[in-house]
Amino acid sequence: MTATPPTTTPPEAPSPADPSPLTPRRRMLILVSAVVLLAVVGALAFVRASSRADEKNHARAGGPAVSHGEVTLAPDGGGRRLVFRNMAWGPFRDELATVPADAPDGPRTASGVKCLRFHSAGGTGICLQAEAGAVQESYRAVVLDSHLKKIADRPLAGIPTRARVSPGGHLVAWTVFVGGDSYAGTDFSTRTSLLDLRTGKYDASLEDFTIRKDGETYRTADVNFWGVTFAADEKTFYATLATGGHTYLVRGDLAERTVTTLRENLECPSLSPDGTRLVFKKRVPGLSADAPWRLYLLDLASMKETPLAEERSVDDQVVWSDDRTVVYSLPGDFGADLYSLPADGSGAPARLMPSALAPAFLG
Amino acid sequence: MYVADSRANNAPAVLPESQAVAPGIRPGRRAALAPTVLALGTVSLITDVSSEMVTAVLPLYLVAGLGLSPLGFGLLDGVYNGVSALVRLTGGHLGDRFGRHKALAGIGYGLSALCKPLLLLAHTLPAIGAVLALDRTGKGLRTAPRDALISLAAAPEDRGRAFGVHRAMDTAGALIGPILAFLILRGAAGGYDAVFTVSACVAALGVLVLVLFVPGRRAVPAPGAEPVSLRASLGLLRRRDLRRISLGALLLGLCTVSDAFVFLLLQRATGIADRWFALLPLGTAAAFFLLALPLGRLADRVGRRRVFLGGHLALLLVYGLLLAGGGHPALPYAVLLLHGGFYAATDGVLMAEAAGAVPEEHRGGGLALVQTGQALARFAASLGFGAAWTLWGARPALAVAAVLLAAAVACCVRLRPADA
Repeated sequence: MTATPPTTTPPEAPSPADPSPLTPRRRMLILVSAVVLLAVVGALAFVRASSRADEKNHARAGGPAVSHGEVTLAPDGGGRRLVFRNMAWGPFRDELATVPADAPDGPRTASGVKCLRFHSAGGTGICLQAEAGAVQESYRAVVLDSHLKKIADRPLAGIPTRARVSPGGHLVAWTVFVGGDSYAGTDFSTRTSLLDLRTGKYDASLEDFTIRKDGETYRTADVNFWGVTFAADEKTFYATLATGGHTYLVRGDLAERTVTTLRENLECPSLSPDGTRLVFKKRVPGLSADAPWRLYLLDLASMKETPLAEERSVDDQVVWSDDRTVVYSLPGDFGADLYSLPADGSGAPARLMPSALAPAFLG
Repeated sequence: MYVADSRANNAPAVLPESQAVAPGIRPGRRAALAPTVLALGTVSLITDVSSEMVTAVLPLYLVAGLGLSPLGFGLLDGVYNGVSALVRLTGGHLGDRFGRHKALAGIGYGLSALCKPLLLLAHTLPAIGAVLALDRTGKGLRTAPRDALISLAAAPEDRGRAFGVHRAMDTAGALIGPILAFLILRGAAGGYDAVFTVSACVAALGVLVLVLFVPGRRAVPAPGAEPVSLRASLGLLRRRDLRRISLGALLLGLCTVSDAFVFLLLQRATGIADRWFALLPLGTAAAFFLLALPLGRLADRVGRRRVFLGGHLALLLVYGLLLAGGGHPALPYAVLLLHGGFYAATDGVLMAEAAGAVPEEHRGGGLALVQTGQALARFAASLGFGAAWTLWGARPALAVAAVLLAAAVACCVRLRPADA
């Protein structure tokens, strides 16, 4: 096509600038060979991934011994113990399993109940699990009694990331990660839900609570909550609020349906059993963007922060194994490993057990 | 195959517009669709399958595959919208300047195809963010040259149909991609690498179809023809018709509430269960897919400007329905149908109309100008709507958007071309 009107277009002839030596037949030949080649590459990738997935169903030599058995969430059922998601390869992968608290490296007893995220307290468990759907995987939050029987469930809008039960076992909360709906999927958001087992009252999204920020009511579409932790009074909770590119610690009141901002740059708080301190992950300036978090302690009376003695970036909501120690996960060779660390900034992290995630200390 | 090789081998790659229609076409009976349009539609379909496969599994990959939690934070920030606008203008202008829309589109598709294997290597959030930015750069670069190719391949009176076919095929790809991705993950649990590899293969196929079946360089410029300068490209806005179209698109773009807000408001208005929330964009896409061709043809018959404005009336109806709310079970369907109809009546139709106001040698740059103006206006609208929501709450913000949109449509009706 030329810049001049079509009437002055030179006679139709192959343009010298366009060699275009390909006959239609040759083009089809190239296309068909390319389709075959690309299909083979794609199929090989699929077969490789599928056999790798299958490999995970076979126990690995040197891995922890796991056998099927009874797992109970009852506070007095079988002494001080850990219940967690077993990540070890083999037939019991992803099942809730238990070990005695004094023998975390010992043989595991698996329950047959699969969970992606889990927490338990006061004889109640929350299990966020995957369900195979027609076109895509969907997720469900299941509340378990002490015998791992379902007592309530709710569909989830996204991928599970956090789950918590209140110390008395009456409140459960979970956070899912909702994928972006824009091109290239870059807009991620979270949804945090709360369920009161005493009344059956269900809040599908904490975003419906009234937000008090800097003394005023705060309203915006750009609000995300995650990482709830409950106090022993069974109505107060703490959580992370993100808005305008900043994160805040909020204290929530279930009776008033309010959350109040307390402090900036604080994520995934976890309240100590005595209710006086929080351990949380803090985005520390100057760290690399792919490992930006460090664990910190916050004393709620003085609002003083203390860094904990973990040098690695931790992306987890810790659990307290007692009033002085926290436990958290770090990426491991087979999923994730659990580490324990003094909660006062002293000492050093120690590996508690391999191939485990989402622990709860019971009994 | 989609691509009919009916053209004689020695025909020029792209016919001048006046000759693109076979002689003897009676009114009411349409010429066959240009093979180039089908080829470009096929490229877009394949490419969208590839990119939507990645989009669909990316959140799962980040959380379950890599164990990351980019909670509440976007991977790309607003600054990137500005960069993307520049890239788009550059792509349009360079295509004009060297007379090589196909080469520019090829680079754009190629860049995005390259990103898929790169995802296999990127394991951290910043690295993945960088790959996504590169992917978007490719998309920005290719959009205007591709639309220029479509407009140049179709007869002027058939442009609405040509863009309709292209957008329908494009959207079909977006519907197929997520299904393919989840079939792979079902067969191979945790096989994100397989999803990315298959996506890369699909993208490579898209580039190949472009290279093989989309005619390349246009005829040599006539002796003495001025090369297309940047100044001439920007000077396009001095043309009254193009200025009118750009201004209209800009004005209406400023009143367009972004998809994410529409879906959020729809959920609030109807109380749709969370589990269906992720399917709302698919509803809009399905309506877009079904309506793109019929509305493109309608635009050819009754006027593209009318259909474009009509599309915004559909959007106004969406706002109205969202404001009215109520628990009628048909409400979500009506909203999604109208919302998809809005896209079908505006996206390709705007390009079809703008093409008529830009001379052939400036086609890429001219279309890029209109697209960029609209995209920036929509981005500004999205920021403005977010701020209004914070200040006044969701419903007042939507009511204001509705009033503004009605005023903008009325304004555009008055701003009609001299010959109408």
